[in-house]
Amino acid sequence: MGDGTPGARPGGSPVVPAIRTEALVRRFGERVVLDRLDVAVDPGQTLVVFGPNGAGKSTLLRVLATLLRPHRGHVEILGEALPDRAWAVRGRIGLLTHDPLLYGDLSARDNLRFHARLHSVEQERIDVLLDAVGLLRRADDPVHTFSRGMLQRVAVCRAVLHDPEVLLLDEPWANLDPAAIALVEPLVGRSSGRTRIVTSHDPAGGLLEGDVALGLKAGRAALLRPSAEVTAAEIGELYAA
Amino acid sequence: MSPPAPRTTPTGTAILALLRKELLLERKVPQLVPAMALFSVITFVVFHFGLQRRSVDGEIAAGVLSVTLLFAAMLGANRLFVADKDEGGFDAVLLAPVDRTALFVAKAVSFLVFLVALEIVMVPAFALFLLGPGLTLEMVGQIALLLLLADIGIAVIGTLVGALGIQTRARDLLVPLIALPLLVPVIIGLARGLAPILVDGGAGDLAGRWLAILALYDLVFGLLAYAVFDFLLDD
Repeated sequence: MGDGTPGARPGGSPVVPAIRTEALVRRFGERVVLDRLDVAVDPGQTLVVFGPNGAGKSTLLRVLATLLRPHRGHVEILGEALPDRAWAVRGRIGLLTHDPLLYGDLSARDNLRFHARLHSVEQERIDVLLDAVGLLRRADDPVHTFSRGMLQRVAVCRAVLHDPEVLLLDEPWANLDPAAIALVEPLVGRSSGRTRIVTSHDPAGGLLEGDVALGLKAGRAALLRPSAEVTAAEIGELYAA
Repeated sequence: MSPPAPRTTPTGTAILALLRKELLLERKVPQLVPAMALFSVITFVVFHFGLQRRSVDGEIAAGVLSVTLLFAAMLGANRLFVADKDEGGFDAVLLAPVDRTALFVAKAVSFLVFLVALEIVMVPAFALFLLGPGLTLEMVGQIALLLLLADIGIAVIGTLVGALGIQTRARDLLVPLIALPLLVPVIIGLARGLAPILVDGGAGDLAGRWLAILALYDLVFGLLAYAVFDFLLDD
């Protein structure tokens, strides 16, 4: 990886990116939200996406999650082209957004049971995950009684329930205190070993988390370099009016 | 090394998962069935005063029962997808490796179950407040058969239109505006079928013609809805 194009091992065969977009365009009506975006992420690597509100970060994640169709360009996830082969990758992607995708009137366990059945996942995994995020004791409480941080922890369980190869994470650490971050890090953090795209508004923390940094401004890639070569000040400039 | 095979969940498993979730939500926090049941009872009271009759029978009784069911069902169709839209249920299904029509089948079946639950309250309330002739066991069987066929049509069309309406801001207007004309044949079939059963002085014969029309309409719209539902979920 490194420069946002498919990488190659020194003297070896080319690495097939886990995620690749070429000239990706997505519009909402007349408004272009993603404008000719070229991105490539190698297996096991993390792309961290910065950009002000409305820059297209969440839209990029929703296109990659197969929830939105690309209007132009080429998108490939785990070697499958979207949207034609979307059905083949849906079970291999985990999405964590601002919306936890949980029914408020159901308990954490019932919500995860529902998702486990949709993904043909063994029910035993639910308790393992709830225990991992420290919520086993509250597993049978309706999630509308949970704090934002607790909801986010259940949402993390939902996102990794089916052990996805690719994680699409929209500000995953939002609403989490340091102790909760430590709990969910092995599941969705760098140490999870999964291919990840993470959006962030935290220049310092985000750069530490990513292998490659993408800066979006009005849907365009204003910056795409290895994180180690990017400074927090450059990220800050993305947010300047 | 060959790439990993796509993970997919069998459609039957997905339908059961979605159906269980629907019934669990309604059991934990009853919303649709009580709202529809209360609406139907109030409507009978309104008919009681509006028609200025102590009791009705025959065609008027059939009309009152059919129209009340239809309007109560509109209330349900309007709310059928609200939790999924507000709480991300749509995205959950779209992210899962399942056939999207599983959502349609599960929603239509759950709506059918809710309509049957509604009628368990509605028909006795109708008999108590408005219906002139007393209900015999034979009448109940005939009414149940007609109502079941009407319910299937209402559930299929209500689910289809409910899914369409939830994508718009004018849901409350759009759902009845589209569903009511589509359901006119169901109401005609139901009312015509019920009228001879609800006559004063004993139940007439159950008209096979109206049963067949209702069944045919259910089948046509069932197939149509199954074919187009996927497109309603596409962005």
